[in-house]
Amino acid sequence: MTTDTVISTRDLSLTFQTNDGPVHALKDVSLDVEKGDFVSFIGPSGCGKTTFLRCMADLEHPTAGAITVNGASAEEARRARAYGYVFQASGLFPWRSIGGNIRLPLEIMGFDRAEQDARVKRVLELVDLGGFERKFPWQLSGGMQQRASIARALAFDADILLMDEPFGALDEIVRDHLNEQLLSLWERTEKTICFVTHSIPEAVYLSTRIVVMSPRPGRITDVIESPLPKERPLDIRDTPEFLEVAHRVREGLRGGHGDDD
Amino acid sequence: MTLVVLAIVIWLAAWYANVRLARSGAPAARYVVPIIFGLTLLVMWELIVRGLAVSPVILPTPTAIAARFAASLGTLWVDFVQTVLKGALSGYAMGCGAAVLAAIVIDRSPFLTRGLLPVGNFVAALPIVGVAPIMVMWFGFDWQSKAAVVVAMVFFPMLVNTVAGLKASDAMQRDLMRTYAASYGQTLLKLRLPAAMPFIFNGLKIATTLALIGAIVAEFFGSPTMGMGFRISTSVGQLAIDMVWAEIVVAALAGSAFYGGVTAIEKAVTFWHPSQRRRI
Amino acid sequence: MRNALPVLSVVAAILVIWYLAAFWMNAAWVRDQAARADRHTGFAELVTETMTQDRPVVAAPHQVVMALWKGVFGHKITSKRSFVYHGWVTLEATLWGFALGIVIGVGLAVIIVHSRAVDMSVMPWAVISQTVPIVALAPMIVVLSNAVGIEGRLVPKAIISAYLSFFPVLVSMVSGLRAPHPMQLDLLKTYGASRTQVFWKLRLPSSLPYFFASLKVAIAASLIGAIVGELPTGAIDGLGARMLIGSQFGQPLIMWAALFAATILAGALILVVGVIQRAADRRMGVTR
Repeated sequence: MTTDTVISTRDLSLTFQTNDGPVHALKDVSLDVEKGDFVSFIGPSGCGKTTFLRCMADLEHPTAGAITVNGASAEEARRARAYGYVFQASGLFPWRSIGGNIRLPLEIMGFDRAEQDARVKRVLELVDLGGFERKFPWQLSGGMQQRASIARALAFDADILLMDEPFGALDEIVRDHLNEQLLSLWERTEKTICFVTHSIPEAVYLSTRIVVMSPRPGRITDVIESPLPKERPLDIRDTPEFLEVAHRVREGLRGGHGDDD
Repeated sequence: MTLVVLAIVIWLAAWYANVRLARSGAPAARYVVPIIFGLTLLVMWELIVRGLAVSPVILPTPTAIAARFAASLGTLWVDFVQTVLKGALSGYAMGCGAAVLAAIVIDRSPFLTRGLLPVGNFVAALPIVGVAPIMVMWFGFDWQSKAAVVVAMVFFPMLVNTVAGLKASDAMQRDLMRTYAASYGQTLLKLRLPAAMPFIFNGLKIATTLALIGAIVAEFFGSPTMGMGFRISTSVGQLAIDMVWAEIVVAALAGSAFYGGVTAIEKAVTFWHPSQRRRI
Repeated sequence: MRNALPVLSVVAAILVIWYLAAFWMNAAWVRDQAARADRHTGFAELVTETMTQDRPVVAAPHQVVMALWKGVFGHKITSKRSFVYHGWVTLEATLWGFALGIVIGVGLAVIIVHSRAVDMSVMPWAVISQTVPIVALAPMIVVLSNAVGIEGRLVPKAIISAYLSFFPVLVSMVSGLRAPHPMQLDLLKTYGASRTQVFWKLRLPSSLPYFFASLKVAIAASLIGAIVGELPTGAIDGLGARMLIGSQFGQPLIMWAALFAATILAGALILVVGVIQRAADRRMGVTR
């Protein structure tokens, strides 16, 4: 663990008690995320990747093990508004305009009106939605709603971004476009991003590090440091280096699955 | 007899017109078709009653009712103020306000919510209108007892709807507020109350119909010499049936206006809800 | 059944508050009476006297139970004082009104779904009909039915009950008949099904969950209609009439007992309809 470690977990475990017996959503998960990393979590359903992300966000509480965010507990980090969270669905409030939705965290955190206006304008430009401030969520397409959701997560300048399959519900072409935009956003803002996904190409394209997980119990089976350069046009997905990393990920996934019944 | 035949002819003609209008798909048809239907019924009423020489003590003609209405505006207005404004509206405001506040308090305790929702649903379905005589006993003959009946009638339906509304915000949106470390008050004002509005307005609309029924029924149990319920029961006794119908017209107008008013406010407040955006 | 404890606690709390209210509200009268007889009431006496008033301002729960018991079991079923008799009078009108309301609601819904002209003409008036306080029409309906030669109050009460209960059934059935997914309607089109076949094989089955869900609201509304029908018209039979007579002749205990009898009746009806609804839902594969 270096001074640059933003998120650190040691033997993190989370067991749910259900009617059918205990479910080990996470078992002994240890991982360090450094500042400026783009870490993807990939694995089949039930491998605990979303649960892991939610533990980082203090939306779930582990039953064993330790987790620190920015050197403090997950709850303290949440109270200090250390991260922005992007859910699978945009979760925009339909009774607020796009601008109003982006204002929501700013109102709660006590920014003054002038500051709010400035930030709303800035993040809308960042995600290419400049001028959509007065529109309402249902007037936007799915991809645009997700972009608004990302803008909202960026509005209060948290250094960490936690994203739970944000592009899962979108079609491939929109997804490619948003992947490109997310990557350029990351380069410009130098945030630390933890990104949960189902898609192998997406994980390999976006990340500096890929964490492969498998279910029952939820655990990490492989951590792959990506050899790909930081500058990545979409074409990089057809290069042999990319395919090699993707292959390693696929092997890791299959290996995890092999432990199953 | 010719009048009855005329009534049938008019019915057929109006029906044909409505079928053509409905098929045309013109946007104005939405208003014109029901108006034609209503007017046709009124015309047929007039013609059939006259044609069959029905006694006015049984069923007066619309024109006779209109004449009585115009002649009794003073009395009708006094009755309206007593029943609708003093009795129904004040009870409505107090009952709905209390219910929303109670719902917010109850929402704080999941234990209370789980216990109260089944009980509230049950009480909301009861013939609460039956407490009218008790309320007259407690609050006297004047508008206060009517308002009390209205409060008793609207409280539980409004409470049940508001509690359901407060539960309506989905888990993801509540998680979002948690990531902002929002306080209870902030989450209530910025998320849960706006999300509850469709349910609250559903309750408010139901309450408008209950309020008028409550106020009028309460008057059957005891009232000063004014009020719509009072006027209806005494007019029936005097066989002044046209006056009864005039009061019914006032009741219909008051009821529709009240309901329509709340619906208009609902449209403005819940403009974002799918049910308001869809053209049915 | 995790709701059992919270519900019971709430009911227990209501009973406690009720007793306290009875004590508080009746105490003034008791003190008055005592002062007039130059008696001083100690606290214990105050408690017992407030709970045993003949004409209480607020009847205590046990008084209501006793009056109810007496009304149900203390008289022959055919006697005019029996709550069973009055309950039956009200129930009869409720059930007829309920049946009539279902027929009108379902019938209108079927027509509305198949004819655009009827949909546009009738629906707005159906909505407006519910904003008109039915109680204003009640005396009118009684007068009209008597004038046409129909004896007694069963028919007008049933009409009033039907007026209140047809609307929830209508609204639910219209939603239910329109509930089939466009995909399912397309499927039947590929089979070359006629409108009647589509109705019987798809629309009607799809609408059954909606129908049964509306029945609970409809039966409650129907009971209210029957009671409302008894109130303004000088009826002497039925639970609503009992409430009216109790209040007019200074017998508040009968009034309270009749109200609670109506409450119990409402609860029982809703329970029965609820059971029917759950059975129907299971049969139609509706998951809760």
